[in-house]
Amino acid sequence: MPSLKDLRNRIASVKATQKITKAMQMVAAAKLRRAQEAAEAARPYSERMGSVLANITQAIGGGGDAPALMTGTGKDDVHLLVVCTAERGLCGGFNSQIARHARDHIRKLLADGRHVKIICVGKKGFDILRRDYASLIIDRVDLREVKTLGFVNADAIAKKVIQLFNEGSFDICTLFYSQFKSVISQIPTAQQIIPAGVASAQAEVTDGGNAVYEYEPEPGEILSDLIPRNISVQVFRALLENAAGEMGAKMSAMDNATRNAGEMINKLSITYNRQRQAQITKELIEIISGAEAL
Amino acid sequence: MAEAFKFELVSPERLLVSAEVESVVIPGAEGEMTVMAHHAPVMTTIKPGVVTVKTAAGGEERYVVFGGFADIVSAGCTLLAESAVAVKDVDRADLARRIQEAREDAADAKDDQVRSKAEQFLSQLTTLEAAILPA
Repeated sequence: MPSLKDLRNRIASVKATQKITKAMQMVAAAKLRRAQEAAEAARPYSERMGSVLANITQAIGGGGDAPALMTGTGKDDVHLLVVCTAERGLCGGFNSQIARHARDHIRKLLADGRHVKIICVGKKGFDILRRDYASLIIDRVDLREVKTLGFVNADAIAKKVIQLFNEGSFDICTLFYSQFKSVISQIPTAQQIIPAGVASAQAEVTDGGNAVYEYEPEPGEILSDLIPRNISVQVFRALLENAAGEMGAKMSAMDNATRNAGEMINKLSITYNRQRQAQITKELIEIISGAEAL
Repeated sequence: MAEAFKFELVSPERLLVSAEVESVVIPGAEGEMTVMAHHAPVMTTIKPGVVTVKTAAGGEERYVVFGGFADIVSAGCTLLAESAVAVKDVDRADLARRIQEAREDAADAKDDQVRSKAEQFLSQLTTLEAAILPA
């Protein structure tokens, strides 16, 4: 049985923890709003990009002059996985969810006899994947110093990936990130970005689709300029979704923690009060029985 | 008074302009072009330069863009810029840094093709700098 003093200390420490989690929740809520705004602001660009890409692929008609980034190398021996996670923990199952999704994928690829290379974006995913697949990780990108995610950050990652592709070090590139559905639900997603053709060409053709376009310079040249840019955009979108998802997950995790701390304080207070009462009663009994004995 | 059409300037971070405008001057990869209402559908890449927007209300706004592409259909014009800022907000230090980088790229280019590309980019940037300096 803990003493009264122990209980008092315990209650004080849980209260301190509750204050911290409460503060973290509020910070996450504010950051979430900003991250959501950023994700929303980036949406028009990627949407337009999708429709322009659809228009132009239609114009080329899948002809032979489509760049390799779009058609792929024709093999699928070496897979590159870009795993985007958060830089910080304390956000529930957010990071481990993405890592698990990636790990399942890796296991399947390895079982099929494919080679796998991994680029980790974010510290947490690196920490998790390092345990099992340290030898497969070829690079990691650290975004911890970055205050607000900019397009340049995504661009740097995309450039790295494209350079690796041009060197012929992989055939297929898949991007792992968490899709932001709502504050309480983030869905770990795998998206193939190289070869890009299939998915992005599915985007609807906009009103200008049937118009006769003039291209300046040639469609092929535009396309080879466009595809790398599209990859940057996809990475950027993934990073933004991740940022929003991380904050959402952190918010609900910290909300839970705050509530748990509250429950704990209630329980401890009841025990404390009961014990105090018991002690008072005991002392009274001692006094009374002492008086009776006289 | 010329007819107005819809113009949108979008950067990956946000939508900068979405307005009815009278004309837009775009620094196309193969020369500057002025877009007005009912322009023939054109798709073009753009080089670093200044986009001048003449709004339907009569005002004139200028933006600096660093590469991207423009999608022009009869219904309007969409400019997807890699990065875009209003001329008055241009960060001189940032521009100087870009020029410095371009200069280094041109200096360590390995073959002629890469070098000529880098030099072209550099000259576009310096022209751009000269164009906005008096502003």
